[in-house]
Amino acid sequence: MLKIKNLHVSVEGNEILRGLNLEINKGEVHAIMGPNGSGKSTLANVLAGKEDYEVTAGEIIYKGEDLLEMSIEDRSREGIFMAFQYPVEIPGVSMINFLKTALNANREYHEQKKMSAREILKLVREKAKLVEVDDEFLRRAVNEGFSGGEKKRNEILQMAVLGFQLAVLDETDSGLDIDALRIVSEGINQLRGEDNAFVVVTHYQRLLDHIVPDFVHVLYNGAIVKSGDKNLALELEKEGYAWIKEEAAAAS
Amino acid sequence: MKTKQHFISIFDEMANEDALKDIRKQAIDTFSQLEFPTRRHEEWKYTNINPIIQKSYTVEENCSVSQETIDGYILGETPGNILVFVNGIFNEELSHIENSEEIIVSNVKGALQKHGEKVTQFVENTTDKEQIFSVLNTALLQDGVFIQVPKNKVVEKPIFVVNVSDSEQQFIHNAKNIIDVGENSQVNIVETYRHGKDSAYFNNITTDVFVAANAHVQHVRLQMESKKAYQITTLNIRQQKDSTYTSVSVDLGGAIVRNNINVDLQDSNIESNLYGLYLGKDEQLIDNHTFIDHAKPHCNSNELYKGILDDKARGVFNGKVLVRQDAQKTNAFQSNQNILLSDNAGVDTKPQLEIFADDVKCSHGATVGELDEGAMFYLRARGIGEKEAHSLLRQAFVGEVLEFVKQDSLREKLEEIVMSHF
Amino acid sequence: MSKQQIEELATREYKYGFHSDIDTEIAPKGLSEDIVRLISEKKQEPEWMLEWRLKAFRHWQTMTEPTWPNVKYPPIDYQEAYYYAAPKQQKALESLDELDPKIKETFDKLGIPLLEQKRLAGVAVDAVIDSVSVTTTFKEQLAEKGIIFCSFSEALQEHPDLIKKYIGSVVPHTDNYFAALNSAVFSDGSFCYIPKGVRCPMDLSTYFRINTPNTGQFERTLIIAEEGSYVSYLEGCTAPRFADNQLHAAVVEIIAHESAEVKYSTVQNWYPGDENGVGGIYNFVTKRGICHRSAKISWTQVETGSAITWKYPSVILKGDNSVGEFYSVAVTNNYQQADTGTKMIHLGKNTKSTIVSKGISAGKSHNSYRGLVKVAKSADKARNFSQCDSLLIGDRCGAHTFPYLEIHNKGAKIEHEATTSKVGEDQLFYCAQRGIEMEDAIALIVNGYCKEVLEELPVEFALEAQQLLKISLEGSVG
Repeated sequence: MLKIKNLHVSVEGNEILRGLNLEINKGEVHAIMGPNGSGKSTLANVLAGKEDYEVTAGEIIYKGEDLLEMSIEDRSREGIFMAFQYPVEIPGVSMINFLKTALNANREYHEQKKMSAREILKLVREKAKLVEVDDEFLRRAVNEGFSGGEKKRNEILQMAVLGFQLAVLDETDSGLDIDALRIVSEGINQLRGEDNAFVVVTHYQRLLDHIVPDFVHVLYNGAIVKSGDKNLALELEKEGYAWIKEEAAAAS
Repeated sequence: MKTKQHFISIFDEMANEDALKDIRKQAIDTFSQLEFPTRRHEEWKYTNINPIIQKSYTVEENCSVSQETIDGYILGETPGNILVFVNGIFNEELSHIENSEEIIVSNVKGALQKHGEKVTQFVENTTDKEQIFSVLNTALLQDGVFIQVPKNKVVEKPIFVVNVSDSEQQFIHNAKNIIDVGENSQVNIVETYRHGKDSAYFNNITTDVFVAANAHVQHVRLQMESKKAYQITTLNIRQQKDSTYTSVSVDLGGAIVRNNINVDLQDSNIESNLYGLYLGKDEQLIDNHTFIDHAKPHCNSNELYKGILDDKARGVFNGKVLVRQDAQKTNAFQSNQNILLSDNAGVDTKPQLEIFADDVKCSHGATVGELDEGAMFYLRARGIGEKEAHSLLRQAFVGEVLEFVKQDSLREKLEEIVMSHF
Repeated sequence: MSKQQIEELATREYKYGFHSDIDTEIAPKGLSEDIVRLISEKKQEPEWMLEWRLKAFRHWQTMTEPTWPNVKYPPIDYQEAYYYAAPKQQKALESLDELDPKIKETFDKLGIPLLEQKRLAGVAVDAVIDSVSVTTTFKEQLAEKGIIFCSFSEALQEHPDLIKKYIGSVVPHTDNYFAALNSAVFSDGSFCYIPKGVRCPMDLSTYFRINTPNTGQFERTLIIAEEGSYVSYLEGCTAPRFADNQLHAAVVEIIAHESAEVKYSTVQNWYPGDENGVGGIYNFVTKRGICHRSAKISWTQVETGSAITWKYPSVILKGDNSVGEFYSVAVTNNYQQADTGTKMIHLGKNTKSTIVSKGISAGKSHNSYRGLVKVAKSADKARNFSQCDSLLIGDRCGAHTFPYLEIHNKGAKIEHEATTSKVGEDQLFYCAQRGIEMEDAIALIVNGYCKEVLEELPVEFALEAQQLLKISLEGSVG
């Protein structure tokens, strides 16, 4: 589904990713871990197409096509869903109106008939159960005045409503208490399927207790320096990142 | 025409033959070409200055004031330099100047003798040829303060400037204050205006503050002129990058008081704070007119003006914030809050924003109302008498301005004066 | 979004800029007492009306154009304009079918609900083209309730006493330069009278259109709501594209008697000029209402058009317990200039006013809010809340706020808040990640920003307003 080869990315002239390689197939969950400043969020933002990130070398092939040539909205419509670390507030725009606009933009792109407000409300209400939100939530303005937990639940709700093939979760767990974390990860687990894949960017191992990954990658200094299964995450939790740094230093 | 002629004749009588002679001459010529503003001018819409300009004034001679009186006017415990002016005339005996070699703390006349050219330059540069009160000030200039702090100097103790007006006469006094603070330096200036007899004199004062890069200035002003007197002040602040300027200005006296404050933020990362408090009684009119010009990015300005108006007093606030196209990432906040204690009191407030840059955070607000009835009720329900409850709430109201004065003793003294004014 | 796409959007044309080829009767160019007499004669007005016009004209000649608004335009040559242009077909129509097909076509293009089967069925419409009222629908149905809704000229013939009593009672002919001009040369407009205790069963609507080049449009609207009555009144405006600037100087007067309520909504989409600032309407309008005891007047406006807008719909809160409201969205793009706001004059006790103003500036435009809240000594316990926000799109535009608060009663409680913000890149990115095009994302954000105002509009009008906002801001983000 996704192939990243030798990816180099700079932000304002500083090279953040330095030759990152990653391959993701349908049905897989990949966790990306790493110390602060290792480039985790950069990777997520590059996948979504954020403009401040300059790809200086390498390529990203998504479903056989050059992802870097695609616009932000087309990536979204082709199934890349980014759950933001800091979901932005849009005052005055109700959730339901926002979802309607986004959903119909997607459907139009896929030459499907637009959905009526009534159909959308029905769909959204059904998906809303997944993350335990009520109608009142849908009337509020997008993320405005939401608590940290509500913002993250909102991201998962949108993921469910708009659909996706590759979900990129950027530190979706940070700032969540244990109850919110449980709701969010259960929502995610229910959305897992054979036709989709997840990239879970996280700083904390505890998320991986709830969302069990198939692969764990350690990002350090802009490249993946170690890959393994979920046991690697446990090891990191116990030992910290120091040994990874040493290994990386020794290798170079 | 007649009114202007009166001021021109004062100029002729003064016949000053000092080093500023040419500059004065130019200024009076410009004065004769300008017109006094009327209420038709947008900037003077709410303030009628006819009572000020239609009076006849004399130029007052010296008069004596006791050392104790002056001591009583010093705010706080740790005076450093003290400059005393009586009816606008510098009084060397009552003043106390701790001159170090590099720092100049002086009256303008004194500075003119020692540093003639430098002072002349400053006077010329700080005369705004478009403002009638500025050229009038230069033309009739008597004295004022000249303070110059070189680079990298922290002046620990506040510099006090005590102005006392005490005369039977209706005199006019034009003071020019120049404060020049060098790079990385720090200074704290406290100006007070006090009075003896209740006469209708007119103080036309200009103050220019130059704040160099990374310099930090605190400027406190306490105005307690006679209830019959007039004061028009023009305060121009020019700030360089990374500098901070904070003004805390308290107006209690005067029949008509007009403060023009212009802040020019000429570079980036500047902080500018203007805080004002005005308490009006009887038929006082107190008008604060501020203009903050954001020209460069990453500057912050904060304005908080609060007033309590009783009897037939009137408060005017006109605050303009200009954010120019280059001034991205500007934060500008402005607030004007008023309490009216009488049905005959009034407030005219006009907070304006003019914004040409798009990545800015600007807000302004204005409120007018009575003391919070809910809070009053709450206090009284806790057994606090009405009078005391009033006083508590007023104290809280004024406290929000005075808390910006950094030094405890200075702030406490100000609080005491303000509270006893009610 | 690519540069090219942005440019395409930016060059999209004014949708309403067609010119209808309707046979028009035009009075000679220029302004004089003779023209004033001619207009009055054409309209077969009573003598007192002519005298009133002449009084206004003579007063106007002593006045000078105001210079205090924050707008710039070359001097207007008042002798170069036509002050009267009427579609030629003048005789009264028996039914809508008799309407000149060309005029009907114009209305169809505008999407005006002139015919019953149109989407806005149920709205009574008075349409004014170039200065003259063309048709009024639903008249009979309204007449049953005693409601009078007709053109100003017709009202002058049939209800002269009402006009004589109320004209100039809220906006005197001496009020300001443009109101004086209007008083002298107004050619038509709408008249609306709601009798005591009647709730008008439908929204009343007037559509204004300037069709002839170099004509000024000077309509005059008078709304009288008797005790305990209610009416919701809608006003829409469009004009074709002409390279010359055209003057629109209207006057609206509202009288709300005891416990009456008048809701006045405007969607103003006069031609704004092209992307280089050529052409467009000068929209210099005086709108004012007076509230008697416990009455309420509510102004809602969505202003997207005009090269220059100069307008302050105001309420005089004369009666105790009366209420004034002002909800405004003003959008400027390209070289448009707007200086708009309101005046709330509190005279009575317990009077309340609310002001919500949302300015949006894009392109090289300038958008100013200017508002006055005045609390007189007599206005015990007056309340005002004002909020005026500015949204900037791009860094070549300007947003200005000039609130004036004149408070002379201690029991008043006045609050004013203003903020300035911009459409954030992060908001646009978030929307794009959800598959929403930039143009739609901006429309979404802007509509969200304007929500408090749009909510005040009748539903059909709100939809039209949302569309207009979107069209007006097309191509504004680069």
